[in-house]
Amino acid sequence: MKGLPPVLITAIVLVAGSVLCAVQFPNIASTRVVGNLLTDNAFRGIVAIGMTFVIISGGIDLSVGSVIGFTTIFVAMAIERWGVPPLLAFVAVLALSAAFGAAMGATIHVFDLPPFIVTLAGMFLARGASFLLSTESVPITAPVYSTVSDFALRVPGGGRLTAVAMIMLAIVIGGALLLRLTRFGANVYALGGSRTTASLMGVAVGKMTVKIYMLSSLLAGIAGIVFSFYTSAGYSLSAVGVELDSIAAVVIGGTLLTGGQGSVIGTFLGVLIQGLIQTYINFDGTLSSWWTKIATGVLLFVFIVLQQGLVALARRPVAGRAGAAT
Amino acid sequence: MTVLLPRRGLAQILALIVILAVDRVVSPQFFDLRLQDGRLFGSLIDVLNRGSPVALLSLGMVLVIATRGIDLSVGAIMAISGAIAASLADSHGLPIVLAAALGAGLICGLWNGFLVAVLGMQPIVATLILMVAGRGIAQLITEGRIVTFSSPDLVWLGNGAILGLPVPVAITLGMLALSCAVVRGSALGLLIEATGGNARASELAGVGTRAMILAVYVWCGVCAALAGVIAAADIMGADANNAGLWLELDAILAVVIGGSSLFGGRFSLVLAVLGALIIQTMNTGILLSGYPPEFNLLVKAGVVLAVLLLQSPKFSGLAGMAMRLRRTKA
Repeated sequence: MKGLPPVLITAIVLVAGSVLCAVQFPNIASTRVVGNLLTDNAFRGIVAIGMTFVIISGGIDLSVGSVIGFTTIFVAMAIERWGVPPLLAFVAVLALSAAFGAAMGATIHVFDLPPFIVTLAGMFLARGASFLLSTESVPITAPVYSTVSDFALRVPGGGRLTAVAMIMLAIVIGGALLLRLTRFGANVYALGGSRTTASLMGVAVGKMTVKIYMLSSLLAGIAGIVFSFYTSAGYSLSAVGVELDSIAAVVIGGTLLTGGQGSVIGTFLGVLIQGLIQTYINFDGTLSSWWTKIATGVLLFVFIVLQQGLVALARRPVAGRAGAAT
Repeated sequence: MTVLLPRRGLAQILALIVILAVDRVVSPQFFDLRLQDGRLFGSLIDVLNRGSPVALLSLGMVLVIATRGIDLSVGAIMAISGAIAASLADSHGLPIVLAAALGAGLICGLWNGFLVAVLGMQPIVATLILMVAGRGIAQLITEGRIVTFSSPDLVWLGNGAILGLPVPVAITLGMLALSCAVVRGSALGLLIEATGGNARASELAGVGTRAMILAVYVWCGVCAALAGVIAAADIMGADANNAGLWLELDAILAVVIGGSSLFGGRFSLVLAVLGALIIQTMNTGILLSGYPPEFNLLVKAGVVLAVLLLQSPKFSGLAGMAMRLRRTKA
């Protein structure tokens, strides 16, 4: 692939955007705003990392928003109504979500169904299950919650690096290492490149598919716990539409939606760009929140066209030879 | 051909009959119909009426899916066209309102079609852009408020009656007849199936695949816009946040229940609309049974999985194997 790597373009957009924002509102360039940006987008970042793995492997996971919703309400009900210790509730909900992802991955592989429609069914299922638990917002009053939400590292300049932001950063780093340095990561790329080739090279395609969707759902479960820390409540309708935000973040981060190419760091930058747009709109005050959606749509469009161009460039020599042969 | 057609839809018709029977058990007056002020009333009519928007969406969606595509933006297009119709309704005549709303759907469809057919984007991604941005555009039109209107012409579109049938049902039937006549009455249906079956081979065989793909997205956009106008007329207002929310999923579900292949090629307009009816009959049944509507999602998830498994070639292979095993054991 010639020219600039997609991640670099994302980084340039982020830097240019930040500079533009900082010129207009000097206060944006403070550690306080950056700290808040990380905290507000922590759960989005965590989910988007899982989505990155799924999309690089050539799949898609529409169920993550519902899994977050289920997690928040499950944790809230377990702690507040059933009297389960918080830590046990976390372990239980993470086990549940991992099993849920594994079941989706197994369905996709065994029955050879499109991931899009299987995870769509998963989305209905998880949202429906959370409605069954409770349709009201359940506040969480356990002491762990106030401890965790209040915990923060002071950064010079008045900024606060909160616990949820630190969890997100740790998962970003862990995800990047997992994708780049392990056999699992290499297999994810191989699956996205070509399922058949990967299988011929000895990748256990079925096992990998199950593991990848398990990872995505597990991260969605963690994001749900982080979200419940963030709001100190569980609500079955929380995080509706997050799946689309995270797919958008992954694409803006330079990951190819056809699979086989992409990076965790790019996705992280994509989440930050989305957060930056939101912050800018908050600072401006006259712009309404729907401009976030329009701006995200425009960015999506620009990045996809860019990818399309890069792919066309990379494939040109091959196409030329094929043309000559016929 | 006429003999073949019922056999293909047998599973769907049987499913509808079973669900109707369940509804009858749940609510004894389910099949009661009465005529009042020149309009039929009753649960059955209610199912048809409530199912109209999704049926219209699935009419557009089925052709898109037949070309191996998918359109995630139909819900957002509904919001846009509803917003336009509601903001113009009290100051302009019905023809202008309809033209503006449907024109917006046409432009949205052209945009989607352009991205897929000309730029060669994956349909999921291409329509994701409008799905994300479209709701923002709709809110831009309504300025974030819920726009209400009182224009009797537009209200009639949602609540009036033609020959005893509610107008939305009549419009849906009209669109179904129109699309069947155009698509199945000419070679168009065949060309669309060819495009979905193998775009490259069809292109080489002289099918204008790009024009086909562009056309189905435009059609889908117009159908979605019409559904949006009806939904707005029904509640006498436009809510950019919630109009058509999640209906793209219902439309896809209706097409899948209708037996059209998600991998393109095979499709049926009538069965897609039947699929939409099945979904609505289930929804109404759950409402009538007194269960909380939250059960809808669980039931829908179960139905999607069941239909998918039945469609999966691997599943029939496994089932066949299991039967053979049992036979050899016996």
